[in-house]
Amino acid sequence: MAREGILVHSPYERMTEEQIKQIHHASVQILNDPGMISFNCEVAEIFSANGAEVTSITSADNPCWLVRIPEKLVLQAINSAPKIVKLGARNKDNSLFLNGEEPRVFFVSGSETNIWLDVDFPTYVKKSDPGTEIPVPEFHKRRGTVLDLCQAAHLCEHLESLDAFIRSVNIQDKDITEDNKDVNKFFASLNNTTKHVMAGLTSLEQLDNVVNMAKLIVGGEEELKENPIISFITCLVKSPLQFIDDTSQTLMEICRRGLPVVVSSAPQAGSTAPMKEDGIMAQINAEVLAGITLSQLVNEGTPVLYGSVPVRARLDTLNDSYGAPETSQYNIDCVQMARFYKLPCYATAGVCDTKIPGQQTSIERLFSDILVTLSGPQYLHCAYGLLDCNSTFCLLQAVLDDAHFQMIKFFLRPPRISEDEVAETLKQIRAVVATPQKLYIRYIRPLMRSGKLSMPYPFEGDGETDNVFALAYERMKQLLAQPVEHIDPTTTKKIFEEIPGILSRLNVYEERRKQ
Amino acid sequence: MKEAMKEVMEEAMEEDILALLKENVIQGRRTKNDEGVDGDMVGTPAVLELTQLMVESDIAPEIIIKQGLTAGMKVVGDKFATKEYFIPDMLASAEAVSGAMDILRPYLDGSSTMTKGKFAIATVKGDIHDIGKNIVTILLKGAGYEVKDLGIDASPEKIVKVVREYEPDFLGLSALLTTTMVAMGKTIEALKENGLRDKVKVLVGGAAVSEEYAQEIEADAYCVDGFHAIRVLEDFQKVKL
Repeated sequence: MAREGILVHSPYERMTEEQIKQIHHASVQILNDPGMISFNCEVAEIFSANGAEVTSITSADNPCWLVRIPEKLVLQAINSAPKIVKLGARNKDNSLFLNGEEPRVFFVSGSETNIWLDVDFPTYVKKSDPGTEIPVPEFHKRRGTVLDLCQAAHLCEHLESLDAFIRSVNIQDKDITEDNKDVNKFFASLNNTTKHVMAGLTSLEQLDNVVNMAKLIVGGEEELKENPIISFITCLVKSPLQFIDDTSQTLMEICRRGLPVVVSSAPQAGSTAPMKEDGIMAQINAEVLAGITLSQLVNEGTPVLYGSVPVRARLDTLNDSYGAPETSQYNIDCVQMARFYKLPCYATAGVCDTKIPGQQTSIERLFSDILVTLSGPQYLHCAYGLLDCNSTFCLLQAVLDDAHFQMIKFFLRPPRISEDEVAETLKQIRAVVATPQKLYIRYIRPLMRSGKLSMPYPFEGDGETDNVFALAYERMKQLLAQPVEHIDPTTTKKIFEEIPGILSRLNVYEERRKQ
Repeated sequence: MKEAMKEVMEEAMEEDILALLKENVIQGRRTKNDEGVDGDMVGTPAVLELTQLMVESDIAPEIIIKQGLTAGMKVVGDKFATKEYFIPDMLASAEAVSGAMDILRPYLDGSSTMTKGKFAIATVKGDIHDIGKNIVTILLKGAGYEVKDLGIDASPEKIVKVVREYEPDFLGLSALLTTTMVAMGKTIEALKENGLRDKVKVLVGGAAVSEEYAQEIEADAYCVDGFHAIRVLEDFQKVKL
């Protein structure tokens, strides 16, 4: 068994077949001229050994190389990259199969935010009626901690629409250092959700500790290959067209271990990529293809996702504008490019420009959530709980997002029209028309409890009061009160014995014993 | 099937059968072909069959009504209030009870347990929208009222005639449109002119109508929906007591 996601039967497409080919050819030309600048020596050597034209363009103390990647290498990589990528999970029923040729969407949280947003509901006295107290939601920012990450994973475990967990909080506790950050973020996530866990790596030195932790959980190396409960995101390319030294090295090491990895690029149209759609598309596609080519040269057959995080620049601040319609256009274009290559796509939706939950937040999120989902990406980073362009995480917002995605998933169910259904409906119409009341209501009942009808918006207020936040907050508390299946005590003990650096307060069994 | 059901009736105690009737009201099963909420009761006797057989077994209609039908509807109302049940459930149960009342009506004459009252209902002149009125009708019947439905586009004259001849305790007037709701006021005026206004409580409802408008035309009550109408009627009954 695995999670089903939702199959988009007729994916929305912006570009024509001809336009897709034009973008592909433009990307191939870009990879040859001007080519990629590599700040990593090994990357340059690998490309050179495989027939790319590599020239040193080192200046002063900044070693770098110009890598002109021939089309042949790119096409070979597209061919050798798996078309179906399995992402495993502690609970195997939560595994995902991402098929590059099938527009089946899985909804995923993300990204790594620095700010954690708490909410409470202080009451205020109405001036015109001092007897009336009104609760008003207030949001409070603070730095995210490892226990916050535990809570985020715990909540995401219980969000019905959410298929996999990308760590959503940058852990900034005083006792978290570069040397223990990775093991703590992976352990905090894995111990609080049985869904797939994906994250970036802070320190390459920690990669083997993280992988060994995963092996301990699943029972060994072969078991991890069969059930890869973790995967990685690497932003090895800095736009425009530059292989970064450390993240490129990270990608190569992950590839050598055969674990699934997202090769992503995040250009900003207007500053680090052309503003026009064809320009940013040709560039981001070239950047992702360059990363995928590297992954396959390092270890042919490495499971990779075509990762796209394109965004438009705001013209007033030059910050990212995830709420702009163009951002959704770029993302949908990327989904089409990935499908052209038959590679599973990691796309982005639901990120908003606003800093707290509210009306603009909902509008921006739903706009891209619906549109990008309709294009059929396999792995949709749809920003559960994220605010302020990926800077802030809020549990309350994640609960609100879950409700949106349940509606979107419902909407995407295929129409139930068949000869049998129509025959049954005709019987129904004839029967109802013959009655004095002429109402179809009695026929709703068999459907009502079958799950074939959508439910009302779960945070609907009574009468004329908007209680959305208060009701979502109650739901959030209910979900957090539900237990989560932690890693078993024996494995936990082994992990704490064998993997250095994990904070003792994350050992739920020890913490319980102390109490 | 009928023989099999009779056997069931003979073997079971009266209270068991009443409990079965109550359960079928809760399930909203009018006839044996209905699925009910649980979906696995098709083929077993439902409200109409059980009521018919109980009558034939000489169980007093007032016991059937109180311990079976009304008791079942009470549970349905509670489930609706807690959102376990929705309007289709409520209507299914009300339709079943309404059918049972049709079976019992001939046996109620002279009995101490009469219906809760007579209710005439109409969509007023110029208006043909009757979904709301039809739902209210089903709910009222299910709640134990005897309902006379005057249909759509009912003129003040037609309504006056029915009030005079049928002598309802309550009159329900429905209108969807702001252009047709004025006919409600005209109907109440016509009742006054014919000396019938004090004989009947007038309840008004429909999308165009409001509490203020009800007061303006001197109706006795404004009802938001069918469930509200039943609560309003219960309040009238309490005042009467």
